Amino acid sequence: MSEMPAAARAVRRRATTEEVHEGPARATAYVCEAASCMSAQAHDITLRLGESAARAGLSDVMVKRVGCLGLCAAGPLVEIAETGRLFDHVRPDDVEGIVGALRKVKPTDTRASQGPFFEKQVRVATENMGRVDPESLDDYVAHGGYEALRTVLSEMTSAEVRDQITQSGLRGRGGAGFPTGLKWTTVAKAQGSQKYVICNADEGDPGAFMDRSVLESDPYRVLEGMTIAAFAVHATEGYVYCRAEYPLAVARLRNAIRMAQRAGWLGTGIADTSFSFDVQVRLGAGAFVCGEETALIASVEGRRGTPRPRPPYPAMQGLWDCPTLINNVETFANVPTILRKGAEWYAGIGLGKSKGTKVFALAGRIVNTGLVEVPMGMTLREVVYDIGGGIIDGRPFKAVQTGGPSGGCIPAEHLDMPLSYESLIEVGSFMGSGGLIVMDDTSCMVDVAKYFQDFCRDESCGKCVPCRVGTTQLWMILDQITRGRATLDDLAQLERLARMIQRMSLCGLGQGAPNPIFSTLRYFRDEYLAHIVDRVCPAGVCTIEPAEVMA
Amino acid sequence: MTTVFTFRIDGKDVAGSEGQTVMEVAEENGIDIPGLCHLEGIHDRGACRLCMVEIAGSPKLAAACMTKIAEGMDVTAHSDVLLEYRRTVTEMMFVERNHVCAVCVANNHCELQDMAEGLGVTHFDLPRISPKVDIDASHRLFAIDHNRCILCLRCVRVCDEIEGAHTWDVMHRGLETRVQTDMGIPWGESTTCTSCGKCVQVCPTGALFEKGRAVARGSKTKRPFLPWMKVVAEERGL
Repeated sequence: MSEMPAAARAVRRRATTEEVHEGPARATAYVCEAASCMSAQAHDITLRLGESAARAGLSDVMVKRVGCLGLCAAGPLVEIAETGRLFDHVRPDDVEGIVGALRKVKPTDTRASQGPFFEKQVRVATENMGRVDPESLDDYVAHGGYEALRTVLSEMTSAEVRDQITQSGLRGRGGAGFPTGLKWTTVAKAQGSQKYVICNADEGDPGAFMDRSVLESDPYRVLEGMTIAAFAVHATEGYVYCRAEYPLAVARLRNAIRMAQRAGWLGTGIADTSFSFDVQVRLGAGAFVCGEETALIASVEGRRGTPRPRPPYPAMQGLWDCPTLINNVETFANVPTILRKGAEWYAGIGLGKSKGTKVFALAGRIVNTGLVEVPMGMTLREVVYDIGGGIIDGRPFKAVQTGGPSGGCIPAEHLDMPLSYESLIEVGSFMGSGGLIVMDDTSCMVDVAKYFQDFCRDESCGKCVPCRVGTTQLWMILDQITRGRATLDDLAQLERLARMIQRMSLCGLGQGAPNPIFSTLRYFRDEYLAHIVDRVCPAGVCTIEPAEVMA
Repeated sequence: MTTVFTFRIDGKDVAGSEGQTVMEVAEENGIDIPGLCHLEGIHDRGACRLCMVEIAGSPKLAAACMTKIAEGMDVTAHSDVLLEYRRTVTEMMFVERNHVCAVCVANNHCELQDMAEGLGVTHFDLPRISPKVDIDASHRLFAIDHNRCILCLRCVRVCDEIEGAHTWDVMHRGLETRVQTDMGIPWGESTTCTSCGKCVQVCPTGALFEKGRAVARGSKTKRPFLPWMKVVAEERGL
């Protein structure tokens, strides 16, 4: 059986526990019910907490399902809202303890410091995460939801909305960092009576789960952002293109669309104005390339998901040849807050041309695996050591991989580099969607490059020759290197091919595919040479084959 | 009234109408830009990457078959770098599957072979991938040898856009990509194929061929029937 009905069932079961515990709450337990905690039986904890509190006669206590609390490595997580006390790795036996803590909560309690993981973050796109119930529209509205849209529809013109976004300096959070205001203006000015807004939720980079968490934790925010965008570019129909591997995100998103439609936040005549906009969900069938905007459009249209050369850009000729605005989940999630708090406020955060905050998914050999949102310009060291808690077992830091298969590896010498679109490109990497994979001395960089090449080879759509054949050729050479069977000529061939594939491929997948090779060669060429010349793997990862005896 | 743009290709001043591609104008002016997926009369897809050209002011290369001309554009269609890249692309097409010219029905009638010759590809540096691929000879008149397919998808486009049958399509991805008939059933069992043979006519290699032909007896007449059909279609306002 597919996972989809199970995720949907959770919605109903939760509703019954809520009925028992409604009322003025003196104390509230937030139970993280995003995918990673759910996979560690967090929903069971919610039910047990409810039952246990009821048995203890605590009628003024609320057990609330919330979205991602961020510290995914320590799940299931329960937080007492009033005191800020966090229970990690919660097991069924711990439930009584939590109920005991709930009993002791006094109205005078204030939230204690939760440590640098939480304190050093600045939350904009994730401000409601771990605070609101992702399945309750009322809860979203109670936390300031739809305030921005109401103001936009009643007090602003579409040009004013676009100006606000332009002034905020917001840039595409899908990775390339195209100025969002400029994109919106282009779509608004494009010729065409029918326009579309598409939310790209086809997150596929290895180690990245920002969009999933946003959709699972705060789906209404994305819908509100899309609706504001639709108003700003004169679109009437929208699509969320989400990968099918995110069943919980899809279930919550669909629930949110239904609820928003019923409450008049989607559909005809939104908030009693003449503005109409509706959203449909389209599921990706597991192709990484469908995150590329032209391939995504082809897929939504029901065709084979392959990219096409640009121009024409989707802003001029997108879905069904109509002007189409495509933004990433996180980009849309920033929009309501920017309009509520003002463009100047948002532009005040960040560094240089990279304004605002960025959500990163910390993964790899890092203590605090999880989801964080930090202001642009924070140094890599702060993210890895202060927020991330450093490397597991205190091992030495070797590199951090950003930008997924189109990104690169940043070595220790750049740890004090501020994170921004520009600085990452400068060191040979890429912002990408926000996956940060931390590696220690147990990682072989040639092996890492080979892993990403294998990924690209597998995900190449097969349309253009350099990517279809070239990624496999690169992978074959890397494979020879990791077996100790390559020569220096092979290394030269690797670099020559990589440059050609970068320049000749049709879309970002092929153009970005050689990046992990370039960046590992730039900083870890000695490791390549060790495999080729000395025939050893310094990290002890690769199996070097015995030398062939020349007859 | 159409707007006429003047611009340069390889230093030569040329003119074309708005909406034309760089490839079209180059062809009209006797400048040969190589290409294998491009075929006059069907839609371009910019996939073989042989027609990549440099456009002054743009850091990225552009596919000439899909790039619309613009006033004052400065196109470089031939340079040492482009030649090297085109050689590598051609080489990639050869090593991807199992091309053995000596025993191929299209020997000496093959656009891939001509391309390699024209670009001066004399040997392969890249290792052969040598995949195991199928031959489908179930059709009464024709056969497809996937060993020789370069996935230009001319067959797919001509079948859809000209014949209107849409028998051919594409399945799988990456190196596993294959052209297929009717959702992957044997060609001979296809209920949509009209046996018109257009796919065989447009195939640049020996992948699609008429049955009963011996080695190097490729019957590819290279009749440019598509431009003629296009003109007819335009005249009839189709």
